[in-house]
Amino acid sequence: MSTSATELMKTPLNAAHRALNAKMVDFGGWDMPVQYPAGILAEHEAVRTKAGLFDVSHMGEIRVKGPGALALVEHLTPNAVSKLAIGQVHYTAFLYENGTFVDDLLVYREGEQEFLLVVNAGNSDKDFAWVQQNAKGFDCTVVNESPITGQIALQGPLSVGILQPLTKTPLEPIGYYFFTHGEVAGIKCLISRTGYTGEDGFELYCATGDTERLWNAVLAAGGSHGLLPAGLGCRNTLRLECKMALYGHEIDDTIHALEAGLGWIVKLDKGDFIGREALLAAKAAPAPRKLVGFKTLEKRDIARDHMPVVQDGKQIGFVTSAAPSPTCGINLGLAYVPTELAKTGGRFQIEIRGRAVDAEIIPTPFYKRQK
Amino acid sequence: MFPADLKYTKDHEWLKPAGDGTALVGITHYAQDALGDVVFVDLPEAGAAFGQGEEFGTVESVKTVSELNMPSAGEVLEVNAALADHPEAVNEDPYGKGWMVKIKLTGALAGDLLDAAAYEALVSAESH
Repeated sequence: MSTSATELMKTPLNAAHRALNAKMVDFGGWDMPVQYPAGILAEHEAVRTKAGLFDVSHMGEIRVKGPGALALVEHLTPNAVSKLAIGQVHYTAFLYENGTFVDDLLVYREGEQEFLLVVNAGNSDKDFAWVQQNAKGFDCTVVNESPITGQIALQGPLSVGILQPLTKTPLEPIGYYFFTHGEVAGIKCLISRTGYTGEDGFELYCATGDTERLWNAVLAAGGSHGLLPAGLGCRNTLRLECKMALYGHEIDDTIHALEAGLGWIVKLDKGDFIGREALLAAKAAPAPRKLVGFKTLEKRDIARDHMPVVQDGKQIGFVTSAAPSPTCGINLGLAYVPTELAKTGGRFQIEIRGRAVDAEIIPTPFYKRQK
Repeated sequence: MFPADLKYTKDHEWLKPAGDGTALVGITHYAQDALGDVVFVDLPEAGAAFGQGEEFGTVESVKTVSELNMPSAGEVLEVNAALADHPEAVNEDPYGKGWMVKIKLTGALAGDLLDAAAYEALVSAESH
């Protein structure tokens, strides 16, 4: 307990979390709830079967606007931004010239030449500097809206039923990875049908000062549906079950987009973007390692983030994220292993506190919701 | 939260002497709360002997793992087999159904164990 809470950054919901008796942790410099009294398992279960409400106000928001905005976002990211309709969102990344990750992010197309880029909290300052540095010569403004933006995520199969009574905006017609603007509980919001849990749900962006009112309104509306406030602990197990990447784990500045299994966000034929040449070269040569999903074979063998993957006493890879899976009931994880090993049914070992235990490659995502 | 009949370690294990040279060992309320939902407790075989402070097992929660260290030297007489199917007992009843091993103490009880008041002071300092 070396860092005192007063040095950490706080979201507009900090007092609300404390009032709910959340257990707070230092998450990349932010004082965030890891769980509430219900606990990670109950919160995870609520999101999979009913709904959970997350504070994601720590995420960073960068607005790019002006005649050169589309050209800039195309230049900065590998996905095909011009294909986005106004009101559509996609998952993408900022890459370095060598194809490794500055960060992953969502791009919202607000207008022909206006985009909202939503980035990871811990990378927010780095990302804003990266965008500014690369915006020279593009005719557009780049504004860091993180300080004026709050965000909450309502996730789970009952999300539409919980949220609809709070808004006149028809929610059902909003497609997955689309968004609109509207009022929720009388508060102006960007209503986005997105999330990081593999369930149906909405991410609601509002003004910082409105966030607590919005949070309380949604919590109250969901109470009778079994909605629980949900912390970062279950956010991690939920995203892991769906093989959604987390910066600092599956992706970082040493891993390029293709070996991370994110070829689907890389549109090499869309024209130039930062990292394209490196990824073209990487595509021509077989990647020496690949991200795979695995399970350990014994109940007692629970792999954890960053443990070594070994073979004959030699390290051949590493675990990126791993945990006991609440939904699947097995101990699972993601790991980088040599490409020749990377097929379903393939076996390798993981060193857990000095003991090499058996793991088997299984198909991913580990969990997929029934639509 | 701090039963008076227990002895405590700085690492948040408890030991409950039975008075006949045996004792139960588990982890404290504070420890289970810090771990969150416990999903597996890895315990030794009966007959295994451990020195004071030696690791005798691990407790795994959804988010993390913690080593179990023996509060006082002893030989394991029995492990709590019910934890295999109900690891959540560690969260729900850390000083009762969540006990982990029963040991036969080797020699005298370790002299540096904390009493309830000293342990409460330690926990209070850690949480602030």
